[in-house]
Amino acid sequence: MTYKFIGKRIKRNEDPRLLTGQALFVDDVDIPGMLHVAFVRSDYAHARILNIETEAARQHPGVVAVYTAEDMGDEWAPGPPLVSPPPTLAGVIFNSRRQSPLAKGKVYHAGEAIVAIVAESRYIAEDAADEVRVDYEPLPVVVDLEKAMGPDSPRVHDDLDTNLAAHMFQKKGDYEVARAQADLIIKKKFFLDRGAAVAMENRGVVAHWDEKSQQMTIWDTTQAPIPIRNGTAARLGLSQKQVRVIAPFLGGGFGPKAMMFYPEEMLIPWLSMKLCRPIKWIEDRRENFYATTSERQQVHEVEIALTNDGRVLGLKDDFLHDTGAFDPYGLTIPLNTQCHVTGPYDIQNIASNCTAVFTNKPIVTPVRGAGRPQGVFIIERMMDFAARELGMEPLELRVKNLIPPEAFPYDKEIIDQAFAKLILDSGNYLPVVEKAREMIGYDQFIKEEQPRLRAEGKFVGIGITPFIETTGVGPYEGVRIQIEPSGKVNVATGIGTQGQGHFTSFAQIVSEQLGVAVSDVSLVSGDTAEFHWGTGTFASRGAVVAGSATLAAATSVRTKVLKLASKVLETPEEELELEDGVVRVADLPHRSISLGELAALANPLRGAVEPGTEPGLEATDYFGPAYGATSFGVHAMIIEVDPETMMIEFKRYITVEDCGTVLNPLILEGQIHGGVSMGIGNSYYEKMHWDENGQLLNASLADYLIVTAHEMPNRIEVGHLETRSPFNKLGTKGVGEAGAIPVTACFTQALENALEEYHLEILESPLSPNRLYELLRNLTMSTYGREARK
Amino acid sequence: MSDLFNVNVTVNGTLYEREVEPRILLSDFLRHDLGLTGTHVGCEHGVCGACTVLFDGNPVRSCLMFAVQTNGHEVTTVEGLGDIDDLHPIQQAFWEAHALQCGFCTPGFLTTLVPFLEENPDPSEEEIRNAISGNLCRCTGYQHIVEAVQLAAEKMRA
Amino acid sequence: MKPPPFEYYAPTTVEEALARLAEHGYDAKPLAGGQSLIPMMNFRLAQPSVLVDLNNIPDLSYIRPNEGGGLSIGAMARHSMVEKDALVAERAPLVHETMPKIATTQIRSRGTFGGSLAHADPSAELVCASVALDGKFKVVSQQRERWIPANEFFLGLFTSALEPEELLVEIQLPPFPKRTGWSLMEIARRPHDFCLIGVAATLTLGKKDQCKKARLVYLSAGDGPMVGQQAAKVLEGQSISPELFEEAAEVASSADIDPSSDIHATAEFRRHLANVLTRRALEEAYKRAIPNI
Repeated sequence: MTYKFIGKRIKRNEDPRLLTGQALFVDDVDIPGMLHVAFVRSDYAHARILNIETEAARQHPGVVAVYTAEDMGDEWAPGPPLVSPPPTLAGVIFNSRRQSPLAKGKVYHAGEAIVAIVAESRYIAEDAADEVRVDYEPLPVVVDLEKAMGPDSPRVHDDLDTNLAAHMFQKKGDYEVARAQADLIIKKKFFLDRGAAVAMENRGVVAHWDEKSQQMTIWDTTQAPIPIRNGTAARLGLSQKQVRVIAPFLGGGFGPKAMMFYPEEMLIPWLSMKLCRPIKWIEDRRENFYATTSERQQVHEVEIALTNDGRVLGLKDDFLHDTGAFDPYGLTIPLNTQCHVTGPYDIQNIASNCTAVFTNKPIVTPVRGAGRPQGVFIIERMMDFAARELGMEPLELRVKNLIPPEAFPYDKEIIDQAFAKLILDSGNYLPVVEKAREMIGYDQFIKEEQPRLRAEGKFVGIGITPFIETTGVGPYEGVRIQIEPSGKVNVATGIGTQGQGHFTSFAQIVSEQLGVAVSDVSLVSGDTAEFHWGTGTFASRGAVVAGSATLAAATSVRTKVLKLASKVLETPEEELELEDGVVRVADLPHRSISLGELAALANPLRGAVEPGTEPGLEATDYFGPAYGATSFGVHAMIIEVDPETMMIEFKRYITVEDCGTVLNPLILEGQIHGGVSMGIGNSYYEKMHWDENGQLLNASLADYLIVTAHEMPNRIEVGHLETRSPFNKLGTKGVGEAGAIPVTACFTQALENALEEYHLEILESPLSPNRLYELLRNLTMSTYGREARK
Repeated sequence: MSDLFNVNVTVNGTLYEREVEPRILLSDFLRHDLGLTGTHVGCEHGVCGACTVLFDGNPVRSCLMFAVQTNGHEVTTVEGLGDIDDLHPIQQAFWEAHALQCGFCTPGFLTTLVPFLEENPDPSEEEIRNAISGNLCRCTGYQHIVEAVQLAAEKMRA
Repeated sequence: MKPPPFEYYAPTTVEEALARLAEHGYDAKPLAGGQSLIPMMNFRLAQPSVLVDLNNIPDLSYIRPNEGGGLSIGAMARHSMVEKDALVAERAPLVHETMPKIATTQIRSRGTFGGSLAHADPSAELVCASVALDGKFKVVSQQRERWIPANEFFLGLFTSALEPEELLVEIQLPPFPKRTGWSLMEIARRPHDFCLIGVAATLTLGKKDQCKKARLVYLSAGDGPMVGQQAAKVLEGQSISPELFEEAAEVASSADIDPSSDIHATAEFRRHLANVLTRRALEEAYKRAIPNI
């Protein structure tokens, strides 16, 4: 299919405002009379609250109000469960425990909000927060996942017998049968740890209750403004019409901003109604580490069953998943892990046993990747170990097990985050692998370059990792499109935007249908006053789901345009074309009418609109996919390791993506680059260090290490192949998380390969120079330093 | 509360006279007293670089200065670089190279790069990466930013 | 993360600043570049009740040549000023090499040479470089003026010989000795982070190209700048060889330093890195000493 706008490298509509400091972010909202909130947060990860002394804070000049859970009276209530366990899966145990606006009686993790101080400025609020005294009775703390499930573990929730948050078992075929038939069984145990999303913008909420108009307006750094509106209305006893939630420009999301409801999201609007004042709370970076969600901690015990010629017969995975102190987000992450732990491979026998565990740590919800990187890490590690055992070339083993093109749609028979069986819609994996292999020069590197560099004493290694990304899940999104008399086109959608370029990629879809310049299409996203049906931006679904709704609405408007233009130009519709903002007769281009004029005609001041038609050139459409669209890709890298200092350098980095139709390659590349940077962080830089008391030892950007321009490869080369999804008319698949998903797996492979002579076996992620030193030293003991130099 | 101090500071060519408490951070002063919200705050401990502004022409973290210290000095924020209809060559290059996604960190990059490109009209990639290593970006992976700087250097040389 | 309130003074002369410090004693803190102090205040880890801002004292910002080939650097000279100064490049090549390794561009625009030293952070490059170069510090109060050699100035973690009423006003660096090479090497997670370990090294060759004098001062290796005294003994008077450097590295990393463990590196890893860096730094310093022969 040839497009005029879709698939083009078009620069973004939203950028001029962002580049000049004119874009509105939540902290930019300024309302006369606005008050500011600071929280007193728990110093302890687990403790009973014996007493809270707030009198000094209340007396502090400039303080307007101080609230504890007790002060909220009957209006204190835990947040709603956001996501339930999958009803489609039998035998699931799920213990729902939810966060509350302010801790009552007990704190469950360090940084939990206990007291809200409302003051004339944030400075004063923080001064007063220092004057609050909380008396705690410290309780034993649950940090380690395995210990948490031990018989003598202290419990996070007093009313539960154990720390079991959830248990679910999924299977395909019969693993035990596969095991019995296998020539080779490999069993390993893996430890994966937590990382933070660290959007550059922290969270924030501004709530403005206008007593006279009885309207609540909320500016919220949320990826899901519509559910926030609906939930807020329910909590405050308002009608949905009385609540407007605006998610303006967001300084990155990466998942945690889709968590609902954060305590602050429950509390700030409530405070605004109580005090009849606009209230602002802006999270600071320290709060962000403690009060914003994070993820990735799991412990896996895995078994893989193979034949001697490298056919994977089955995989068994028993894993523990850290859900933190509460589990409002249900089982999304471990479901993703279960769906990705067999990767792009045709494995007919699967047994996956997940135990989600409560710990005294902040809540776990998806972070870019959302359980997928863990699954990919596990299967790719197992593939590497299997190749080693079998004496097979690692890429050859992978290729041998890829799902063949004729097997699509391919039923994984594993329930996914959308609660349906995961059906891989389409794909042709081998050409993508071959392209990656060629781009990185895999064979030449292995045969020539690596031996030569090794002879020079350089420790260079290669990794190549195929992976899938489930994207574009339902339930639905909607879009309204309207042509104005000016000829400009307005688009409104319910999803929020956090930098994905929706203002441009959706405009391209509209331009394709209506023949207007991309810059003439303006999008409003994330404002419930503009569009109030939808769920949100998460799970790499924006382009697929809202993009498809955009296509549907644009097509509907096009139909209206043609119908009216046909009448005005007295020409059959099929002889008309939409080009350069006008409708014209294809063969007689001078016979035309502009879209703006048509829009005016469609909304006449006199006369009558014909029965059965609607005024204006406007349409609203929805898209709800029966299944998601699953992307495929391969990452490959060449790294060099200094085995004396454990410093690493990326020599090459390539990715090949098959995400179906590409809407805008510029935006796609940006998404991939950014994802890779987070993946590199997750591999070797970023780790949340919790001590045994549940204290986060690196709650600052000085100690939690986001990669800078220095640590990144100089070039990430991005290749494309296209297998269009049959499940949406655009044929597109999501790619928002793809950049991050396979990186740790690929990095680990490359690292082991670089240090091949040490026979390293890496069973954990993330690593660090220090950890790598420990692993190497454990292998080679005291002789290590000297050996490395030779 | 401590005494208020007079601050006479020229921001983006405009002289502002305000009274401030000495502890008010320059970042808060610019954003909330002067309404120049283009300067963003990402960490308030001097690591992320989002709040970078030019102080007498040099890039500084505005979260690591007190507003009172700008008395008698000049500050340039992102709003002082170019307008929507008349972008600075660096802004233009960022646009063309897709060097921003969420755009939150972008003002800090731009202000850091203005004096850098004035001093280094033809920088190497390594020099560019060094120059922006005090600015964190979570969206772009920096590659398009590096390319934008190269493009901006070309534009500014021309 | 907003700083707590404080009383603020912005003197324009050293005398006035000293008067304020004398008046408020331990409650007062001089504010130089503020690039370490203000983040600590934003976290409310530091809550000085009085700040004496030195940024309006023009007399403290200079770089001057001294007779005999040394240098004097005013305490309020910004890092960026020292970094770009031609005289520093010529007369203090180790300092010149050190400057771009300090934090980030934005921090160097504001941070000051004297502020970094007075903060006495054992992870700070200048702390170790000043010891390696046998710098001396001019310290004044209303009562007296005194000169403190760099190796007596740093007393411990964030602790210097400065009394509360005293101000560091100038740093003198002696002439850089002839036939001397230098190196400043660090291993950091990201180049501008505080390093896991670092070393400032100078190596002076004698007439027979033997090691006449060696200084090795380690960053992030203990409660202060850690001087490689045992390693220097190994080196001094000996003919240069890879084995000699290895021996010095072994001694320095095991006997001269006392690193601790944190989330980024264990003490053991730091010793290992110190060993590696010592050897590499000595090799680099040696190479740089040769062209001066």
